[in-house]
Amino acid sequence: MQYRANFFVAIVQSLLAVAVAIAVLALVYSHTDALNGWSQSELLVVLGVQILLGGVIHATVQPNMERLTQEVQDGKLDFALTKPADSQLIISLRELQLWQLVDVVSGTVVIAVGVSRLDRSVGAGHAFAFVALLLVGAALLYCFWLILATGSFWIVSMWFLSDLFEGIYQVGRWPIGIYPGWLRYSMTYLVPIGFAVTVPAQAMTGRLHWQTVAVAVGFAVAVFAIARWFWRYGLRRYSGASA
Amino acid sequence: MSELTAVRPATQASALRSLLDFYVTGMRTQIQTQFQYRAATYMYTLGMVTEPVIYLVVWRTIANQHGGTINGTGAGQIAAYYIVWTLVRTFNIVFTPFGWEERIREGQFSSQLLRPLHPIHYDLAWFAGHKIPWLVLFSPIAVGLALVFHPVLHPSALGVVVFVIAIWGAYVIRSLNGFVLGMLTIFTTRASSIFQIWFLAELLVSGRLVPLTFMPHWAQSVAAWLPFKWTFYFPIEALVGSMSTSALLTGLLWQCLWAAIGGLLVFTTFRLAVRHYSAVGN
Repeated sequence: MQYRANFFVAIVQSLLAVAVAIAVLALVYSHTDALNGWSQSELLVVLGVQILLGGVIHATVQPNMERLTQEVQDGKLDFALTKPADSQLIISLRELQLWQLVDVVSGTVVIAVGVSRLDRSVGAGHAFAFVALLLVGAALLYCFWLILATGSFWIVSMWFLSDLFEGIYQVGRWPIGIYPGWLRYSMTYLVPIGFAVTVPAQAMTGRLHWQTVAVAVGFAVAVFAIARWFWRYGLRRYSGASA
Repeated sequence: MSELTAVRPATQASALRSLLDFYVTGMRTQIQTQFQYRAATYMYTLGMVTEPVIYLVVWRTIANQHGGTINGTGAGQIAAYYIVWTLVRTFNIVFTPFGWEERIREGQFSSQLLRPLHPIHYDLAWFAGHKIPWLVLFSPIAVGLALVFHPVLHPSALGVVVFVIAIWGAYVIRSLNGFVLGMLTIFTTRASSIFQIWFLAELLVSGRLVPLTFMPHWAQSVAAWLPFKWTFYFPIEALVGSMSTSALLTGLLWQCLWAAIGGLLVFTTFRLAVRHYSAVGN
């Protein structure tokens, strides 16, 4: 609680963002009863998952990756690389912005409200699948960030990364099925937002097929392997720049 | 006395010429810088384009579910609205008020105070220079969006002229408002919440999220009394909508009014802020 002010500012900002997101949903549903087959309550679940995962990423992944790109630019990455542990592990675990976890609470509340308004009940199996798929989603978004941040070994000025991620991440606010094919596939396989947000929401809204779970898990393993390979490949290019 | 009155106009003219020269040089520098960082600019543009594409897809889906229109607006017009949106957005990006925290923390504001011109001129010239490379890089994206989403628009000649003026008007209004908000950072270290409220209000009642005609009537009435719609909705509608000549010209007058209010606030808040400011940095 040394950063009380940051914490309270985060609460206010999170509440404002959630209020506006819900107002947008209300506006959309004032013009229709269902969006591509998704009711308003079901979309609340999608929104909740997007906010919750956003909180996890903003608290844990994003600050670490931003520090990485900055250190590559400043030549300070050497300090992390000379430590006797796995470099990927070190650069991924140095920063934690606890107050950003407020979004995890807001997201959970939004999911709970959405689920309570659903026509069908949610069984233990679905709830378990939901939590497991959330973890898979977080891992996928971590890999995506790592691949982007590793790009700093080639493109030194990476000031755009947060804006790029925030822009693309907003795609997850709506079910991936509403997007045209080219965007749907690129937001599922190129940028794993479909797997990260829509698939866990499908588990909570009774739309999940077990084949999807298998594909999501298999895809996460493959993306993790690619991200790790890319990190090590990029690292070989790094020659240090500090004095 | 007669000597003084004779000299004054010449001094004013040269001051104006110097200011113009400053703007041209500032813009040229930024054009060259932005072209140097093409990859970064492209990535930023890609992130930015995602926002209107999402809105476009959502509202097009609803339109298609309801016989192809929402409140009389067809799917093609919705596509046109959001594609022009991206162009307007490219123009109305300005220095973010969130950036003032770093300027003050790093002591950059102190050095800005030593310069001969008001700091707003540096931001105005700097970001105006960004627009040209962004426009060049954005053009292929606009063509791609048009091929995918089939926009429908039939702008009038006056609409095109007003649009070209209005996107710069939107740029000036947002720059001035952003500067005034940024000055709050000098009075409080927690100004970011105020900025967020401002931008959320802008999102809702500017036409950024949705064409204002899709909003409830009370929200449209609120929007009429705020500066936001003149920085998104008005320039977009000038090109996409079928606004009458008087509505187009009145819109430009409203932009002038909001720019004047913004200018006045920049002048007063800057004076107050400088009085309150104590330097940080070296």
